[in-house]
Amino acid sequence: MGALIKHPSDPFLTTESGQGMDYEFHWNVVFQNMPELLNGAFVTLHVSVLAMLLGIVIAILLAIAKMNNSKPYCYIATTWVEIARNTPALFQIYMAYFGLGALGIHLSPYVAVLSALVFINAGYLTETFRGGFQSIPNTQYSASKSLGMTSIQVYRYIILPQMLRRIYHPMTNQFVWSILMSSLGILVGMGELSGTTQRLQSLSFRTLEFFMVAAVMYFIITKLVLISSSLLSRKLFKGEI
Amino acid sequence: MNSLFTPLSWSDTGFILIGVMNTVTISIVAIVLGTLLGLAVGFLRAESSKVVNVLLGSVLDILRSVPLIIQLILFSTFVGAMGYPLDPFVAGSIILSLYTMAFMSEVFRSGFESVHQSMRTSARSLGMSYWQTIFYIRLPIGLRAVFPSWLGVALSVIKDSALVSVIGYMELLRTSDQLISRTQQPLMILIGVGIFYFIISYPLSSYGRYVERKMAI
Repeated sequence: MGALIKHPSDPFLTTESGQGMDYEFHWNVVFQNMPELLNGAFVTLHVSVLAMLLGIVIAILLAIAKMNNSKPYCYIATTWVEIARNTPALFQIYMAYFGLGALGIHLSPYVAVLSALVFINAGYLTETFRGGFQSIPNTQYSASKSLGMTSIQVYRYIILPQMLRRIYHPMTNQFVWSILMSSLGILVGMGELSGTTQRLQSLSFRTLEFFMVAAVMYFIITKLVLISSSLLSRKLFKGEI
Repeated sequence: MNSLFTPLSWSDTGFILIGVMNTVTISIVAIVLGTLLGLAVGFLRAESSKVVNVLLGSVLDILRSVPLIIQLILFSTFVGAMGYPLDPFVAGSIILSLYTMAFMSEVFRSGFESVHQSMRTSARSLGMSYWQTIFYIRLPIGLRAVFPSWLGVALSVIKDSALVSVIGYMELLRTSDQLISRTQQPLMILIGVGIFYFIISYPLSSYGRYVERKMAI
């Protein structure tokens, strides 16, 4: 007894007991495909950096619009922020990929994921920026003005440095979040780390190996981002935060 | 001649409702389990020594720095390879709860630590036992302080529950995905799904902001 009953055509037939680990790890195929995985990791980093930069630009405009008194701009900004914050990221990506496709706007998976991430990043960062700006009391502006500074000088030397200090950590978190969420590209066939992993595992059927390596890679990427962000903050803010 | 696709009809509401129910179910399970586990782990982290803290912290760190979608695929493949294939609901609940726990534990830890040492000491000097200070002083005050952050994590869990569709759980986004392949009317269905999430999430997030503003004053 105890012999393995296995038929090559039936992958679901396992040992006689039918239980226990019956999986052999084959790491070779993963190492052979390492260049492709690294390339996928690069695309992940690249799409999240781009999503972050575009998100910051739009968020600045939205934050200004939200703090502005002119009604239509304020409404547009509020609608954007609330939709971005209150619907799942997966929904946004489906919307960009399938929803816009129905309107005749066919985005590539890369552009679809990028635009969804930009949309969400902008929504979250708007609130971060607005909170950071409002946390600096107005009296500082008046005080600097009374010292003879011009408006531009006040913003450049007094308000923006303090604001940057307050929004730095939320921004880092948002960046990490967008790295992790770019993994949803797997569902629309994008060529980032998860999408590449998915494609490679479907060719080789080494699901566990490939996804374990992908998990480790995501972990390393986020750790590297966090470490470099804290080094940068030490340099920028000289330890006081 | 029959068309390849059939348009959306009223009989599809039942199908969508199954998705809605499943999304709500798995979200509630994950929030409840994640909150309970997170409370326990957060308490452990606030109270225990540095070594235990670093160990616990690194495990939670893994849960937080690997995308949920990869965790779900890895876990369900792994238990399958071990010879114990799990139902998508069970596998999804386990991973989603653990993921929630990782975030909740940070929330509760800061809640426990927000109660100042002097308050704990005075409670003890009034003759309260260790557990009495926890149940009557630290839990009520600490939990109240972190309620807005708790709500924020709970909301993100509702949104993240959409990802459980990748391991085959029939939640809202997956049912709508299947309807889309049949009807080829993605825009209408997706807008409906978006409205559903928005209706759940928006009142709660506004309430959270309201409470936060009230507590700040």
